[in-house]
Amino acid sequence: MNLSLNKIKSQNQMTNIYIGSSLLILSILDVFLNSFFRINISGSLPGNLSIFFPLILGFLGLSYLRTEYSGYKFLDSLNKNINTTNFNAFLTLFITFAILKAFPPALSWMILDANISGDTKEACTGTGACWTYIKVWFKRFMYGMYPNELHWRINSAFLLVIGLGFVGYFFKENLKKYLALYYVAIYPIIAFLIIYYLISGGAFGLVWVETGAWGGLSLTFIVSFFCLIFCFPLGMILALGRRSNLPAIRYISVGYIEFWRGVPLITVLFMSSVMFPMFLPQDFFMDKLVRVIIAITLFEAAYCAEVIRGGLQALPRGQYDAAKSLGMGYWKMHIFVILPQALKLVIPGIANTFLALVKDTPLIFVVGLAEIAGMLALAKTNPKWLGFAMEGYIFAAIIFWIICYAMSKYSYNLEEKYKTER
Amino acid sequence: MNNKIKRILPQLLTVLFVIFVFGFFTINAQVNMDNRGIDFGFGFLSQEASFDMQFTLLDYDGQDSYLWAYVVALLNTLLVSFLGIIFCTILGVIIGVARLSQNFLIKNSAAWYVEFFRNIPLLLQIFFWYYAALRALPLPENAQPWFGVTYMTIKGYYIPSMIWENLNVFMSCLIAAIVAVIFLRVYAKKIQEREGKQLPVLYISLALIAILPLLSFLIGGVTLDFEMPVLKQLAQTSFIFEGGIALPPELIALVLALSLYTSTFVAECVRAGIQGISKGQKEAAASVGLTPNQILKLVIMPQALRIIIPPTTNQYLNLTKNSSLAAAIAYPDLVLVFAGTALMQTGKAIEIVGITMLTYLSISLAIAALMNWYNKRIEIKEK
Repeated sequence: MNLSLNKIKSQNQMTNIYIGSSLLILSILDVFLNSFFRINISGSLPGNLSIFFPLILGFLGLSYLRTEYSGYKFLDSLNKNINTTNFNAFLTLFITFAILKAFPPALSWMILDANISGDTKEACTGTGACWTYIKVWFKRFMYGMYPNELHWRINSAFLLVIGLGFVGYFFKENLKKYLALYYVAIYPIIAFLIIYYLISGGAFGLVWVETGAWGGLSLTFIVSFFCLIFCFPLGMILALGRRSNLPAIRYISVGYIEFWRGVPLITVLFMSSVMFPMFLPQDFFMDKLVRVIIAITLFEAAYCAEVIRGGLQALPRGQYDAAKSLGMGYWKMHIFVILPQALKLVIPGIANTFLALVKDTPLIFVVGLAEIAGMLALAKTNPKWLGFAMEGYIFAAIIFWIICYAMSKYSYNLEEKYKTER
Repeated sequence: MNNKIKRILPQLLTVLFVIFVFGFFTINAQVNMDNRGIDFGFGFLSQEASFDMQFTLLDYDGQDSYLWAYVVALLNTLLVSFLGIIFCTILGVIIGVARLSQNFLIKNSAAWYVEFFRNIPLLLQIFFWYYAALRALPLPENAQPWFGVTYMTIKGYYIPSMIWENLNVFMSCLIAAIVAVIFLRVYAKKIQEREGKQLPVLYISLALIAILPLLSFLIGGVTLDFEMPVLKQLAQTSFIFEGGIALPPELIALVLALSLYTSTFVAECVRAGIQGISKGQKEAAASVGLTPNQILKLVIMPQALRIIIPPTTNQYLNLTKNSSLAAAIAYPDLVLVFAGTALMQTGKAIEIVGITMLTYLSISLAIAALMNWYNKRIEIKEK
């Protein structure tokens, strides 16, 4: 193929470039006009040829353009990046045309033909998406069935919790040694109290809102936040247990970790909702949300433990030996020498675990807690708003994508940062 | 003496703590069950299940026992996992290789594919395919055939089914061919080690696998017919397809979402594996005179696979566990049928959730054990 194409090329490089670029531009123009303005220049060609026409044209054009060195910067980088071989040229054209073809319908559905005005289904007359639906249901998707006039409580609780999370940055030099204590012990308790008293209320003159009314994206945040702060210490203990040289402790830790890692989260949630109440004393009532948070925490702690174990294993033996030679005991050695170094190593891994946790939270929908997937299912079956499943899921997907993408980029940056430091 | 206490005391306390927790739960469970008049036991497994399943691989109806319902549901779970693993491997390898392409466009579209599908929760993806994308498909009466004989409709995907005669003859021929290929490989290796000659193993094996089953058609009396799905009118406006195999939309949505989601992780494993091999390996192999094909087969692939396979198996395991999300769209898998319907009917929460968890646990542990064995086997033995 290559040889025969080379034969038809002219000896003059400039001629090749002129022929190639005009063919390429013609092919792209054909697809562009076809998809954006519904004008089909190659429509007069018989049968399937009109579909393959731009592909063949572009392919010939790219093979004319392919030279070792032309002297034009743009052309050279084009050749180097997307036009190295026939196969590459073909894939390049295929991807370009696919994007060109897919872009206009997506654009018109999402924006041009879409509706956002009005408050009822009747406002959606276009053929595109009905963003009115999202607009009307937006508060429900964010806050669930939480009373509208009390949304400020959720907002302020989140702001307070996030604000307190950053307090560590402002610690003075002489307080720095308490940083770990603050994050591991004090912060979770304060955060729990804030969320408990502000969101569920019942004290300080705030109206009691039962957890059944919580929902939407804010519930996703609450669940993943609590699971993270509780699973981290538990995971640390389990990781130490798995590395311990006391057989009973080691086997119990291994058994715990392998058990939770071996079962799917959905069965764990089923367990928390139908089986766990059987295990509690008779007149002891535990809220469903609390049970779910406990279940996810226990589940996620096993994954956390494996990540932390990775960090412990990565530390050179010399660290242990040096600490022991100074006469440090087990706890002293781990708290002052091993854990600070190991935890620093596993921060990216923990971030990844947290990412997985956030992606897993929509599952609580299965046991009847209405976070965003649950609210979507509710909205979808509302008789006034039938037939907008697509808009709802795309909206939720965009929100989750933004959150998760930001988190994965952040964890990637952390990884890069700690990689260079070592 | 002091040292001994230091070793024993923490262990004793931990064991006591575990025993205490388990004992506490057991006693509570006993009391609760007594109060509600439920007794613990697995006798319900032989009772009549009396519920129906939409999609089964084996024959099942409401008169069968709970045990049989469990087996059928487990098979449905395994079917989804199997299909998901096949598709996610194919997609993952393509995307993983594409991410290493020198072509700017291919590299970036592969990267965006990974970023896109990896960062959306799997449950939302399943919902999207099931409730939004597959609902936009045509009704049976408007469906256009794909590839001439299959129909993609809102009620599922209809494909022709195969009707075999003397299937066992065909199967034994196929098995014989595979056994012959294995022997051929062993023999060829022996010949090469002894005499340095290379047999064209690939061509002979292909010929064997093609010819032996073909012979079974000509001589063994094997016949193969296809039963096509045919449109049938039930009432004025209600049409269905009859004949052939119907894949329900739940299965399609689940396999699509699972394989698209998991393929991003497989792609990352493949990329890491190929990147993990230093350029020197290839150059060294070329310098001792191996052909490009031999370099790939004998030097690059064995090393890359050693890096790729363990994390990929982990992803397969994740896929199998994630297939339990089927319960959310009512695909009759283990969780929906057993931990859902059967639990509601019998009220045996502890037994049923326990069995379900144990099933997944044993699948995980079996695969983990297999993986450890494999890792030991392919480990580079340093001298």
